[in-house]
Amino acid sequence: MTDGCGAPEQTATLPASVDIEKETVLNGKVTADGVAVGGAYVRLLDASGEFTAEVVSSPDGDFRFFAAPGSWTVRALHRSGNGETKVTADGPGLHPVAVSVG
Amino acid sequence: MSREDVLVTAEWAEENLETAGVVFVEVDEDTSAYDGGHIPGAVKIDWKTELQDPVRRDFVDRAGFEKLLSAKGIGNDDKVVLYGGNNNWFAAYAYWYFKLYGHQNVQLLDGGRKKWELDGRQLSKDSVTRDATEYKAQEQDPAIRAFRDEVVEAISAKNLVDVRSPDEFSGKLLAPAHLPQEQAQRAGHIPSAINVPWSKAANEDGTFRSSDELRELYKEAGIDEGKATIAYCRIGERSSHTWFALHELLGYSDVKNYDGSWTEYGSLVGVPVEIGPGAK
Repeated sequence: MTDGCGAPEQTATLPASVDIEKETVLNGKVTADGVAVGGAYVRLLDASGEFTAEVVSSPDGDFRFFAAPGSWTVRALHRSGNGETKVTADGPGLHPVAVSVG
Repeated sequence: MSREDVLVTAEWAEENLETAGVVFVEVDEDTSAYDGGHIPGAVKIDWKTELQDPVRRDFVDRAGFEKLLSAKGIGNDDKVVLYGGNNNWFAAYAYWYFKLYGHQNVQLLDGGRKKWELDGRQLSKDSVTRDATEYKAQEQDPAIRAFRDEVVEAISAKNLVDVRSPDEFSGKLLAPAHLPQEQAQRAGHIPSAINVPWSKAANEDGTFRSSDELRELYKEAGIDEGKATIAYCRIGERSSHTWFALHELLGYSDVKNYDGSWTEYGSLVGVPVEIGPGAK
């Protein structure tokens, strides 16, 4: 069966099938006043501010993108407010990101 | 056709949750969002298990579509309002699919699930059952679905609109950035295609841009309004979103969605592939 392009379940731990020697992974959490925010719409924007991908944060606020090396902006939308943060990935591996909203 | 014929606002939806003859349907690849709370009264369609053939790569056939809609309690005379996550990609795909099988009275909820949630509107966990119907579908409408040979012939002859992200178009990535990148097909795009990412047709909250903005967007990207158009992406849902913008919102007469998209084209032996940012 063909898989679509929908976002998979967002978890803090990477699936075993992901090879972080090859993948550039931006992994992070959405919070408001230090408390995890689930159900936020997390958008990955490239260096020019152009939309690249979007996922919904897990109940624990977790999200993940498989990007490429470079500069990115991670922007989160939630009914309680929006927020964004910048991250630079210099190569493959796991790159932590924290976004606060409100 | 006007915008109001094909799109409904969240306000309209909220006021018509209990209107007879209106059926709300949530469509997504992963229906766990529906199970956690859906628009009150909405039924769900699972894009993956209910709209796709379980063995071959194709849609459910006409009889399968009739069986599905009958079981969901959707009648031929119902107004169907589709919405979903992922910026309505799968809802737009289902919209195209309803049109393909001849259901004309169908609309998209502008902004889909995202706008509904960001507005803080009501969600329900109640299970929804509707009385079964005897739904009758039409033969597939070939005017809105493109197949691979037609796409190869369209190179430099028709508008080819690649709606993937610039990095997928250029060949830097093989899938959207929320998915792992290990894929079988070659990277790149169909020669002569223009790259207008689907996301440019949408606002941040998931609603469609105005028709003036959309017309300007595609014109500036180099679309020739005098020619037929084929939209494609990786698998056919993001391009359904753009097909909706071009065919339903802007009213371009000859627009097809190539649901085989890059996962098919990028696996074909011997066809031309272009890499890099494209001509434009």
